[in-house]
Amino acid sequence: MNAPSPVLSLRGIRKAFPGVIALDGVDLDLQAGEVHVLLGENGAGKSTLMKIISGAVARDSGDIVIEGVPVELTGPRHAQELGIGIIYQEFNLVPHLTAAENILLGREPKLFPGVIDQRRLVREAQQQLDDLGVALAATERVSRLSVAQQQMVEVAKALSLNARVLIMDEPTSALTTQEITELFDAIRRLKKRGVAIVYISHRMEELFAIGDRVTVLRDGRHVGTRAIGETTMTELVRLMVGRDLTEHFPKRQAAIGEEILRVEALRRNGILHDVSLSLRRGEVVGLAGLMGSGRTELARAIFGADRIDGGQIFVHGKPCAVRSPRDAIALGIGFLTEDRKQQGLVLVLSVQENICLPSVSRLARAGCTQPARETEMTAQRIAELRIKTPGPHQRVMNLSGGNQQKVVLAKWLCTEADILIFDEPTRGIDVGSKVEIYQLINQLAARGAAILMISSELPEIVGLSDRILVMNGGRIAGEFTAAEATQEKLLAAALGKN
Amino acid sequence: MSKPDQPATRDDASDRAKPRGASAGGAQPAVTRSGNAAGSRWPRLFAHSARQLGTFGGLIGLGLVLWILTPHFLTVSNLLNIAQQTSINAIIAVGLTFVIINGGIDLSVGSIVAFSGVVMASLLERAVPVPIAVLAGLGAGSLCGLINGVLISFGRLPPFIATLGMMSVARGGALLYSDGRPISGFGEGFRWLATGEVAWIPVPILLMIAVYVVAHFVLRRTPFGRYVFAIGGNEEAALLSGVPVRRYKTLVYGASGLLSGLAAVVLTARLNSAQPIAGISYELDAIAATVIGGTSLMGGQGSVVGTLIGALIMGVLRNGLNLLGVSSFVQQLVIGAVIILAVLMDMTFKRPKR
Repeated sequence: MNAPSPVLSLRGIRKAFPGVIALDGVDLDLQAGEVHVLLGENGAGKSTLMKIISGAVARDSGDIVIEGVPVELTGPRHAQELGIGIIYQEFNLVPHLTAAENILLGREPKLFPGVIDQRRLVREAQQQLDDLGVALAATERVSRLSVAQQQMVEVAKALSLNARVLIMDEPTSALTTQEITELFDAIRRLKKRGVAIVYISHRMEELFAIGDRVTVLRDGRHVGTRAIGETTMTELVRLMVGRDLTEHFPKRQAAIGEEILRVEALRRNGILHDVSLSLRRGEVVGLAGLMGSGRTELARAIFGADRIDGGQIFVHGKPCAVRSPRDAIALGIGFLTEDRKQQGLVLVLSVQENICLPSVSRLARAGCTQPARETEMTAQRIAELRIKTPGPHQRVMNLSGGNQQKVVLAKWLCTEADILIFDEPTRGIDVGSKVEIYQLINQLAARGAAILMISSELPEIVGLSDRILVMNGGRIAGEFTAAEATQEKLLAAALGKN
Repeated sequence: MSKPDQPATRDDASDRAKPRGASAGGAQPAVTRSGNAAGSRWPRLFAHSARQLGTFGGLIGLGLVLWILTPHFLTVSNLLNIAQQTSINAIIAVGLTFVIINGGIDLSVGSIVAFSGVVMASLLERAVPVPIAVLAGLGAGSLCGLINGVLISFGRLPPFIATLGMMSVARGGALLYSDGRPISGFGEGFRWLATGEVAWIPVPILLMIAVYVVAHFVLRRTPFGRYVFAIGGNEEAALLSGVPVRRYKTLVYGASGLLSGLAAVVLTARLNSAQPIAGISYELDAIAATVIGGTSLMGGQGSVVGTLIGALIMGVLRNGLNLLGVSSFVQQLVIGAVIILAVLMDMTFKRPKR
């Protein structure tokens, strides 16, 4: 790099939690105006490192040097004052306040003490947004903004604090392709202003699009820093995982059998328009489409989570009324939701309680739960899915993302569902866990389940599906066989260009 | 974002680096090196009841102090007295524990006590057989609770609002029904429910114990109990896991009403009188017992054993302060302080270290 003295450098950062070393002597240098990608599997120590930089967690040993001066961070506020901003996946915005009020929250310009200068507030906030190149009125309420716009409000907030280092944790995980392009434009503007950006993402293709350098962490250790131009995806994956992932999309040998689910002319007013599809035994059907195209809504309608206004669902050839998730589960349908924390898991309950939740009443004898059977069932799934947990009674909130996702999967395996709807099954989880989930999807198909997989990652859809449906505006806009599907064709169909 | 990079799961990569083999059957030990403690059964039991041990310690400590300060505290008759006085609050608090674990609140319990009490008393006054009158009292309580439940789960009212409304409605119903006058003087048969003894143990204490045994079993060993936790922890996830959320939410408030009705039976029998103004601020005592017992107002966590200890702490405190001749004004103040202190300690324990 050209600039010799880094904005921020970390030397030998160490942090131990009870029973485990989260970070073991990590070094990191951030140069002004660079996008520094931080890679690592879930549990590699990325989040802990970011929390240390942003003052949320205290380190055990090591040095934090900001522009040549060693500092002792006392808390997030202190880090902010030193010019370190962080944007978490879950935003810290007050929904009912305007963008301007959020951007300058706690630092409102005053007319005189105790009275806010509303005009200056809006003007200053608008300036920040304009500088970022965001077309957004500062007077808009945050609750009315899209996820991407809210994210820009967060960025503007960090910048109004004169952030020289900006940490972005999975900034694209909830954005559409178009929004990602806009985010990258904003990031490039920040680079020109000399802001150093730490960029955390599981999406490998993004780091080649936006990154300058990449640092890989594994098991709390720094395993390498590379300039983006001098590395390859294969090398990075090997650094992260510690081995080569040869079969990214393992092929399955499954015989496709009879139809087990058929949906005819499913309709939800204003949302789904006459959607028909069928799933056969042993088949993986990919469901592609842009955000808001109705994919999740379709899944929820089939699963009985939302009321439908018309259409018919046939399971094993018989017409069925699916009025609630309970009905759907009884028919052998399972639904792995997109948002595992909000919809998939009860975070305060244990691994076992979560895995057994849909099966509790089926397992019960004489009105009593059967702890022994539940324990047995859980142990079996923990082993089968390699869920890394200290034990079945660990609270799910303490597990990493990939392992939480496996708990959700285990839940549906226990119900012995043979129609499985997976909504973004690999969102926000690391490469290694992704491949495990792919293998599991294949195994399920091989055992005779029918799988409908919603995903925004086209390589995943193309690599895994036997057949691909594309949605646009609440309709099925295209259907492709695995052989004829390419990412370009799918995207064209998703955009409605046929 | 809570803690994505949790220490407990950190050896993902090293484990994965091992050859995969036949993935389904390859039962690798799922317990990680950091999990040796929390994984086995004993520490789990300990972790589960650590909070309760703390509360129980508080109860014992309180008892020791009172034992030193006054000779009247540690006598069989005084202890039975405490248990008997605690029984009403303890029974109501079980219902509240269910409601609070389920993620709600019930402010109407005190008014339901009054309403159930006057309904039952009016029947007794007309010489209706005791069992039928008692059942009617329990039924009146359950009905109020079920109405709460229907309003909350089907009418989608916030529990605070629905039960605040019921608090006033049931009180008004009690006053209207009794014309604002207490109904007094019942037969020995009915009064036995408060004054009687079985094997030297007063009936209210036995009722309380029975309620706790059943409630603990329901909460820990039935699908109903599991659903109470799941709904309180994440209603959406519970719904999508096939839990009939609305049915169980309704039942939880029904149970709370039923237990208020039971408390009304004990109270009416003890006072030999049913008063339409009975049970005022009982909801606060019951919430206090629940919270001191470690049940989280956020829902999804808690236990009836904790609540029993919480109710006993409040009972012992009241009794002890009485024995020491502390004025009732000061008592109010002390009890409030204890509630705050208990929750403060709880939060400090649970707060993650930086």
